[in-house]
Amino acid sequence: MKLKEVTDEEFLHHGGMACPGCGAYLGLRLALKALGKNTILFNVTGCIATTLIMGVTKIPMIHTLFENGPAIASGVDYGLSALEKREGINLLVYAGDGGTADIGLQSLSGAIERGHDFVYICYDNESYMNTGGQRSGTTPFGAITTTTPAGKKIKGETRPIHLRKDMVEIVAAHGTPYVASASIAYPLDFMEKVKKAAETRGPAYIHLFATCPTGWGADPAKTIEIARLAVQTGMINLFEIVNGERRITVRVRKRKPVEEYLKLQRRFKPLLEDREALKSLQDYVDRKCELLGVDMEDRK
Amino acid sequence: MQEVREVWSGNRAVAESVKRARVQVVSAYPITPQSSVMEYIAKFIHDGELDARMIRVESEHSALSAACGSSLSGARTFTATSSQGLMLMAEVLFFASGLRLPVVMALPNRCLESPVNIWSDHQDSLAVRDSGWIQLYASDVQEVHDMTVQAFKLSEDERILLPSMICYEGFLISHVSEVVNPLPQDLVDEFLPEPDPKWAVFDIENPFQVNELLTPEGFPEYRYKQHKAMLRAVDVYTEIGREFARIFGREYSPVRGFMHEDADVLIVGIGSIMSTARQVVKELRERGEKVGTVELKMFRPFPEKEFRELTENARILAVMDKDIGFGSSGMVYPDITRVWYNRDGPSALNFIVGLGGREVVPETIHRIYRIAKDTDPDKIEEDVFWPDTMTEVID
Repeated sequence: MKLKEVTDEEFLHHGGMACPGCGAYLGLRLALKALGKNTILFNVTGCIATTLIMGVTKIPMIHTLFENGPAIASGVDYGLSALEKREGINLLVYAGDGGTADIGLQSLSGAIERGHDFVYICYDNESYMNTGGQRSGTTPFGAITTTTPAGKKIKGETRPIHLRKDMVEIVAAHGTPYVASASIAYPLDFMEKVKKAAETRGPAYIHLFATCPTGWGADPAKTIEIARLAVQTGMINLFEIVNGERRITVRVRKRKPVEEYLKLQRRFKPLLEDREALKSLQDYVDRKCELLGVDMEDRK
Repeated sequence: MQEVREVWSGNRAVAESVKRARVQVVSAYPITPQSSVMEYIAKFIHDGELDARMIRVESEHSALSAACGSSLSGARTFTATSSQGLMLMAEVLFFASGLRLPVVMALPNRCLESPVNIWSDHQDSLAVRDSGWIQLYASDVQEVHDMTVQAFKLSEDERILLPSMICYEGFLISHVSEVVNPLPQDLVDEFLPEPDPKWAVFDIENPFQVNELLTPEGFPEYRYKQHKAMLRAVDVYTEIGREFARIFGREYSPVRGFMHEDADVLIVGIGSIMSTARQVVKELRERGEKVGTVELKMFRPFPEKEFRELTENARILAVMDKDIGFGSSGMVYPDITRVWYNRDGPSALNFIVGLGGREVVPETIHRIYRIAKDTDPDKIEEDVFWPDTMTEVID
């Protein structure tokens, strides 16, 4: 996808109540540009559901409960089909990591397994930001959240990084025809994936890395820089799985050490002081990147 | 009208109504004693007798969520559950009624865990009596068949736009076969035409946001409107009952009296226990006792005025509750006492019966009658009785 192919049309009015530098809000704006006006938005309880109040969307939208976005979308899919009104309409479920990996995992799994035709985007800001930043199933090792504080005895999230819920692999294991990971720092890559997801017949899933300056203790001006560093350090990998075939969409030249990503966020302050934990995180990222074939050449 | 007879269970009768109502989307998750409702409907769809989509969801929470989605696309939508399934739906019950979606649910009543028990009482539906759903209670298979069709008409009425549940006891009605007069399809089509959705339906050309944030500046007024719509359902159901009687020849109204006019003691309640009560009343009348029944076919909204009219001549109301509001009384009882609290009228006693499927036999109702008859309305000290429970073993 090329920049000139991106529409100038906006599908969100001004006045959205997102925090400065919100990655998730940007993600929705880009996704709607890729999908166009014939879209119904299932806005799952979470940050974005709270920001899109007072008629901010220019498309039909429902603020769903926390765990039932995919189930409501299932009903609209079959309801519109029964009335022969289904053709040409995209159903977009937009949910955070809590709504996806935790409380909504079951309804997502059910809707995928039934083969409903919908696009699901999880904006992952790695904790329950709408309720003030509590730890979720995707919170990374070492991160400070309001429920994994930096105490005198225990500092941040202690669950090992490899046990973090890997939604892309969970969804891929369903046999979902289109699955991808994406980042707000790579908008064209993301929007191309959204288009492919919409063109897929049946369920499609995109896991979108979305910086949260408010929750992560970061400078809102560095939202994109942080998201880009997540990819350049290999913390986040961008790829797609089309009918079971995996393809890296963004390769990394001279992958940077993870500290460069971590040091822009206050949530990782204790982790940065723990050399042993840091080394084990770096080893994990190295192994993961090698397995996926993310690097363009060996890291010097 | 052509006399056709079938022998159907309550669950079969529901499925036959869903077929005749030309429901477009069905979404449900299996649970005893509801499962055969879904099985019959699935067979109708697979045999080409019903042109509907079935969403075989992974939980009751999703069952009602998908039903809401279907309703939001403008389709006539049905779901069914029971007991634990209804509890899992609890969050979505309020969501559906708040969004004013005319989803219809069949609810074969079953008691709630713990302890584990699959038999019938009214604990499940009464636990959600204030979830904004219209609640209709059937007392036999014919009523289940008729009321399911009526519920679509009531819910989809522009003056109402609220979801309905048809409650009927698990096993006692859901699995017991009775002789039924099936509703003829052509007459159902006349009574219940294709939906012309007046509720919130997604429209790409006229986009709007559903389930918006509503601050305290607007919330009470929204709730009040919802409450008023609920209250209107009493009159609208009365109207629907008359139309139904004209077309199908069977009478329905929010409250039904039986030998009530000159009765000194009135036995009051919901569901199949009222069929038993009517039999007992017949026996007692033969012995010259002045007793009757008043049955609530509609419990939410509560048909206050209609109930008052049928009970004003009685001395005492014996209210049976097949449920318990722990720490208070049965859950039907408070609504009954409210009707007469600020007025001169009958006193009331409450009888907790049939919990967890304990059979409410005629002897139980005879015992209730004796207690009520022997009570001096001016000297009531104790008003909640457990006539079929061995309380003496525990006290």
